[in-house]
Amino acid sequence: MDFEPSDEPVALKILIAGGFGVGKTTLVGSISEIRPLRTEEVLSDRGIGIDDVEGVEGKHTTTVAMDFGRITIREGLVVYLFGTPGQERFWFMWDELSYGALGAVVLADTRRLTDCFPSIDYFEQRGTPFIVAVNCFDGAERYEADEVRSALDLDEDVPVLLCDVRRRVSAKTVLVTLVEHSLKVLTAGQH
Amino acid sequence: MTRWMDEEAGPVVRPYALIGGRTRSSGDALDLVSMITATGTVPPGGFVPGPEQERILSLVSTATSVADIASDLDLPLGVVRVLLGDLHDHKLISIGRASASERILKEVINGLRAL
Repeated sequence: MDFEPSDEPVALKILIAGGFGVGKTTLVGSISEIRPLRTEEVLSDRGIGIDDVEGVEGKHTTTVAMDFGRITIREGLVVYLFGTPGQERFWFMWDELSYGALGAVVLADTRRLTDCFPSIDYFEQRGTPFIVAVNCFDGAERYEADEVRSALDLDEDVPVLLCDVRRRVSAKTVLVTLVEHSLKVLTAGQH
Repeated sequence: MTRWMDEEAGPVVRPYALIGGRTRSSGDALDLVSMITATGTVPPGGFVPGPEQERILSLVSTATSVADIASDLDLPLGVVRVLLGDLHDHKLISIGRASASERILKEVINGLRAL
């Protein structure tokens, strides 16, 4: 019998990344309880020309609203899903979001495959375990997972799967694939 | 908290007024999914938790994540971090440090499959 010292509450963080309109919010909504979160951005030079602060020059922060998803596995074990902001000016949030993350799902749309390159680069550089889930949009030409893998020049060990994030069962498969991959990476690191 | 809220104008009390205009505290490093639990300690002399901090303390009588606290209180994350930093400095809350073990991940996989 395997006794654990204590059952301290554990919360795990999974990131959902990918280009604008690829289905990140749909995926989170298919599988989890959606909760709103307010956070704030320090207005920087990057906001010049985008954030109109004329007349309110004293305003240095702006509120950014985002949603996150929550899946309660059992009391004391919760999985949180955070969508990474799509716009470049919110990249500062990625470091905060990815800190300590269990892993990331990079959603891809075969009609705009290049949109997910920045996410893949980011997670590869940080060493965050990730998978690529190709969201199959109605009317988009179907590709095999291996074709997508070679188009994205992914390592052999990065799982690639096709999905339809509107369907709960498909969203579930995506998350299970990610956690299995993270587990593999975790146990490989222990040997 | 009475919500004197006007969608257009925003809250009457600006969030940073709740924390005395500060934007830095010992709560800065708190991760979004850090689990916060009330220690049940009586506040030490000289420290009176504010109304928002009282709300946090009642919320975290069972472990609650930083993201859920901010969401439940409808306050910006940065403000919640400062409030939590004060509570932690006065030993009124504890911050969970548990991380994912092999056993936990297997449990998550089974739990997700069963959804």
